[in-house]
This record gives sequence, C-alpha cells and structure tokens, in this order.
Amino acid sequence: MTQLWDFSGGVHPAEHKQLSTGRPIRTAGIPSQLVLPLQQHIGEPAEPLVAVGDHVLKGQKIADVSHGMGLPVHAPTSGIVASIGDYPVPHPSGMADKCIVLKPDGKDEWCERYPLSDYRKLDRNEVLGIIHSAGVAGMGGAGFPTDIKLKPSRDRKVDTLILNGAECEPYITADDMTMRERADKVVAGLKVMAWILRPERCVIGIEDNKPEAAAALREATQGTKIEIAVIPTKYPSGGEKQLIRILTGMEVPSGGIPADIGVMCQNIGTAVAVAQAVFEGTPLIRRIVTLTGAALETPGNFDVLLGTPVQYLLDQAGLQPDNVSRLILGGPMMGYTLTTTAVPVIKTSNCIIAATASELPAPPPEQACIRCGQCAEACPMELLPQQLFWHAKAEEFEKAEHLNLFDCIECGACSYVCPSSIPLVQYYRYAKGEIRLQRAEQLKADRARERFEARQQRLEREQLEKDQRRKERAKAAAEAQAKKKADAEKAAANGEVVDERAARSALVEQALARKKASTNAARIQPADKPEAATLAEPAPEEPDIQALEKQFTQAQTKLETMQAMLEDAKAQQADNLDKLERAVAKNHDRVKRAEDALTEARRMLAPQPEARSETQPIK
Amino acid sequence: MWTGILIAVLVLLGLALVFGGLLGFASERFRVEGNPLVEQIDALLPQTQCGQCGFPGCRPYAESIASGDAINKCPPGGESTIKALADLLDVEPQPLDAEHGVEQARRVAVIREDECIGCTKCIQACPVDAILGAAKHMHTVIESECTGCDLCVEPCPVDCIDMITIEPDIRSWVWTPPTSGIIATDRQEASA
Repeated sequence: MTQLWDFSGGVHPAEHKQLSTGRPIRTAGIPSQLVLPLQQHIGEPAEPLVAVGDHVLKGQKIADVSHGMGLPVHAPTSGIVASIGDYPVPHPSGMADKCIVLKPDGKDEWCERYPLSDYRKLDRNEVLGIIHSAGVAGMGGAGFPTDIKLKPSRDRKVDTLILNGAECEPYITADDMTMRERADKVVAGLKVMAWILRPERCVIGIEDNKPEAAAALREATQGTKIEIAVIPTKYPSGGEKQLIRILTGMEVPSGGIPADIGVMCQNIGTAVAVAQAVFEGTPLIRRIVTLTGAALETPGNFDVLLGTPVQYLLDQAGLQPDNVSRLILGGPMMGYTLTTTAVPVIKTSNCIIAATASELPAPPPEQACIRCGQCAEACPMELLPQQLFWHAKAEEFEKAEHLNLFDCIECGACSYVCPSSIPLVQYYRYAKGEIRLQRAEQLKADRARERFEARQQRLEREQLEKDQRRKERAKAAAEAQAKKKADAEKAAANGEVVDERAARSALVEQALARKKASTNAARIQPADKPEAATLAEPAPEEPDIQALEKQFTQAQTKLETMQAMLEDAKAQQADNLDKLERAVAKNHDRVKRAEDALTEARRMLAPQPEARSETQPIK
Repeated sequence: MWTGILIAVLVLLGLALVFGGLLGFASERFRVEGNPLVEQIDALLPQTQCGQCGFPGCRPYAESIASGDAINKCPPGGESTIKALADLLDVEPQPLDAEHGVEQARRVAVIREDECIGCTKCIQACPVDAILGAAKHMHTVIESECTGCDLCVEPCPVDCIDMITIEPDIRSWVWTPPTSGIIATDRQEASA
C-alpha cells in the first residue's frame, strides 16, 4: 500500500461523472471541415508548410516551428487545404487566430509511418525526437511540449514519475474512460517515459471514484514495478502540485517546477499519445473528448480528430438546442464559456459541457466580502484569497504579488465556497494579466532607455570627433601660415623678394599708380573746362566717371544680349528658360546699380556744372 | 553645583562633536553619486523619448520632476504613470496636462516602403535608433523597438510614415476585471 499524504484545503463539488461514463468511447468520424490552429499550446506558433489547394495525407506534417519552443501540426485525415487564415480558436478571449482549414476527401489515406518495435535499441534523444515530431503536448492543461518536459536539465534527476489519473474536476471523464479502455496503451506510454527518465519510482495516481480504471490499470501493470495509488476524492487533487503532495509528501517550491524536487507529472492522454508515436509511428492527430451536460441526449466520450468543430461533436452527442443555456470548454471549475460552436477541438481540449439553465445557472450577483475566511480554508495552495481579492480589486498588484499571487493555480475552490459569490479567480486572472503586461512594458521601456542612451553617447562621440577634426584642421592651417610668415621674414632678412605674393601686390600697386597718373593727365588735358579747378585739388575719393560710364554701357550691352538670348530660347522652347530669366533679372539689377552709381558720381562731381548734365542727359 | 552644570555641558558638547564628526565622515565616505531620485523617477517614465513633455527625452524630464516640476506632463505614460509618480513623490495625483497631449493607445510607426525616397531624415529623428536604412535606399521601422513617439512623422518630406495603433490580439489579450456586480436591491430596481 502506497503511503499517502493530504493537502490542505480543497472542496467536494458534485461530480456528475456518471453522465458520461455509461457509454464506451465512440469514434466521432470525419467532419466536413477540420480547423487546425497553428498554436495549440504555450510557445511559438507553427508556420504552415503547405499552401492552399495542396493535397495532404493523414498524418502528414502541415506546419512546423523553425525556432523557439513549439510543436509541429499534422493533418488528421487526408484531404485538401481549403484555406489558411484567421478563424475562431478555443481561447477565453473568443478571438481568432491563424489556422489551416482542411477539407477531408473521405479516403482517410495514411502517409508513410515508421513504427518502432523496440525503442530500447535507440538513443534516448532519438526517441525524444520521435515524440517531438509527432507533436505530442501535455494534454491536461497548458499543453507544454512533452519532449521538452521529458528532458529536464542535467542537474535535475527525476526520481519519481507520476502519471496523473486523478481527473478531479466534475463532469470530465476522458482520462477515466481512456484508462478503462486503453489501459495497455497508457502503461506502454508510461514505460517509454520511464525508460527515458529512469526514475526510481513510477506511480499512477487515481481518485477512488474510478474503481474500474484502477482495476484495469492494475491488470495492465501486473508484473511491473509501477504502483497504482488510489487517492481520496477531493478537488483539486489532480492539480500537479497537489498530486505530488499526496503521493510524495513533498511541496513544489514557489515559482519552481516539480523537476526541482525530482518529480515529474504526466497526463494519461499524453502517455497514450507517446505510445502511439513510438509504437505506431502515429502523430498526435486525435484525442478523447468528454461531451456531457444535461442538454445532450447521448453524452459520452468520443475519439475525436483534432480540428473537429465543436458543433459537429454536439450534434453527434444529440444536442437539444432549446435546452442548452451555456456551453463550457473544459470543466465547470476551470473551463470557460464558449461564445461560438465553430471553434475546433485542439490538443488540450478535454471536455465540452452543454449545460441547461438549471444545471449551471448564471452566477448570482457579486456581493460584498464579509471576511468569513472560507476561501482561505478551501485554498489548496495555502494562499490568502481574501487579501489577494482586496489587492486585485484595488489594483494594488504589487501587494498581491507579495502575497504569492503567482502561486495561485486558478482552481476555483475559493470562488466555489464564497458565500458572497465573488468571482475571485477572475480577479486573480485579471491581476496576473495586468502584472504580466506591466512587466512586458517595463522590459520594453528598459530597452528603449538603453537604446536612447546608446544613441546619445554615439551622437556625443560623433560631435567630439568632429570638433577634434576641426581643431586639427585649424591647427594645421595655422602652422602652415606661421611657416610661410617665417619664410617671408627670413627672405626679408636676406634682402630678397622671394615672396610671390608680396611681389604681386607690389606690381598691383605700381599698376594702380600708373592708372591714376594717366587719368589725372586726361582730366587735366581739357584745361578750359570748369572741372579743371576742382580737379586741380587733390581728390582721392573722387569717383571715376569714365570708368562708371564704361561699366554702365557694358552692363547695358550684356543685358541686351541676355534679353536676345532669352527671346531666342523662348522661340525655341528651350528648357533653361527659367535660368535665363533669372540671369536677365540679375542683369537688370546690375544695370540699375551701375546707373545709380553713375548718377551719384555725377552729382558729387558736378557742384556747379549743371549745364553739362543738361547737355548730356543720361539715358 | 556649577561644576555639575559644567560637566553636563562639556559632556553634551563632546557628544555633539563626536557625532558631528561621525556624520561628516559618513557623508563623505558613503556619498551617493548623482541624484537617486532621478533614477527612480526615470524608471517610472515610459521611455518613449517623445519629448511631448517639452524636454528632450525622459531623463531630462525626470531631472526636472526631481527639482519640482509637475508630474502630469507625460501623455504616453498617462494616468498610471502619474499615479506611480504621485506614489513615489508622495504628492497628490493630478489629471494629465492636456497642453502636452492626450493619452493614446500604444502605437507603432510604419513606413510605406514603396513611397520612401531614402532621405534618412526619420533615421536622424528616431530617439531610439529603431529605423533602419541608408541614403537613397528604402527605410524600415524595427517594430519591436519602436516606442510610438511620433517624432519621425513630421520630418518625413513625402509623408510616408503612418502611426498605427497596435490592435490587441490573442497573444496580448489579458483577462478583464469582473464587471462589478450591482447589489441585489439595485438589480431589482434595474429589472423593475
């Protein structure tokens, strides 16, 4: 007899299991359309390997993950890919996600399979590879990829392998019926997992409300060292941490995983999937689903192809559409209400409840917490649900986190016992979601800050480099100047005119002096003219009328040529018209300036000779 | 009697000197570099680096808050940031200053790539280097790094940058809080 422990808290809700255990497992058949979500579990979504219109065979891989944690998706039957796009998927949000839609051709034609007769001859990693490529995921809850779970890090040796046959949630009987009818497959799968992990102890935990299942497994495990532990019925004994506590007396540390204390839990359905993957070469393309509830005529368990729409299954189980008030995917404690029956069955769907109004009445209105403390007594994780509720409601998420909100397994025991019918779990889910969002945002903000600071540093560095270069250039220029100056000085000291520039400026000065002399001479020539008097005086700032006149006429001729060119260009439709126009405008300015300068000069030059300006009117 | 008073005064004086010396030593020895309050404030700001507060980035605004500026100038952070800042600084939370903009859903910049002329103006404007591209070549936004600050939209000469609101999808979805139930008497009234 296996020693058992007890976990604190827990509740005993009405079981309603006999509803669906009366009939053997039926095969649901092939619906007219299969919808296969590309993400059926935590991790990365798979990428399609097929295109619309492709013909696929049963068991063919139609989507796979290229990076990250994830699993391939296989075609549950042969047929044609009808579409790849967003369709409603089973998710509490009721949102759509990327799916592959398959139109079965009815032939149910298998692709080639490679069954293994003796897996023991292979390397353990090869067997894990087979499990991975068969797309096996945990079929109990979150759907964690089984191959990754079966390969704990080297420093964590799994001593105890537990097969979870507790199935504690009301209504659900999928694992119960699997154990009853497919006990040999369950045990075969468990043996493969035990061979991979090499644990010291191998236990199957079954609640005492499933005596048939326990008997079937006892028979199947005859002659092996596998223990069958029949545990008392109490919700949520099927919770991973609770079952570990019951069977080993150990507690999984907060925030840790069972492998941290050398324990691993696997689901019954997963064991069957592993057995099929290894011994038959069959990927995970079907699962057992419980269809139950008072609104069904023939409730029971069905062997369902993944991707089968919920509506098709409900029809098979004899849905009475007038009686159904609520459709629930999963159990009544942890499941969620379905908003549409178009969603498909996926790897983690274990139960569909079509409940009548009297069976699952709408939750009564939430009332004020009276601090009765019943939730704390019911909590299997020994948390303080009441305090968590206050903090979650007041959005004091940090305080809720301090009270180990993330250890909550969302089993719903607290909401079940609450006399004020407060939807406690919903508050916790909300708080958890908000905390995760905040963490993600904080992460993003930190990265943005890092990038911003890196950019600032880069800009600063670039500015510094630029300044440095400018300084160097200025320094080089100054040095060159200094050198030239020194050379010139040296030359001057030697009495030579080596400096070209000095020589040139001397030449220019000479030329200027010559020119001045000649103009003065020209002015002096008409000595009878009245200007002579003024010219006799030294007038260095006196404007040169002749030069100005010359400039003016030059500008005028230039303007005329430009205008002529513009006319030409206009006639020829040339594309440089606007350039020419600008040039003409510029020349106009020039002419005007020259004219102004000339008049100014004349005005200055002629204090008395008005007669001259009259005789020579300026045009 | 006077000696008693004298002794008391001397003892107190001695104690004052000793502790004063200790404090002085400690303040030198354990000096904190920079203003730790600025770090704390900066950690609460959303790091959009959008400049809507009027400062060139989140850190300068954090510095300004630390020296007494208003805490309600950050539209991307919105109410939650103001609340967090009010908690940290122990001041009354104020409503968001509308002068600096309104709180919006998270957005991301997207370049219409066939219209991009490759001018690099948006690259220079991006405060977090989230735009890739080279001169005369198409640019693109690294979506996961974009803070949705808007700063790249205005410099674009061909207006090929759109700010797109991030729609919630199945992976970003979170549970909503339960709609707070009306109490039984209200319910009767509501149904009546």
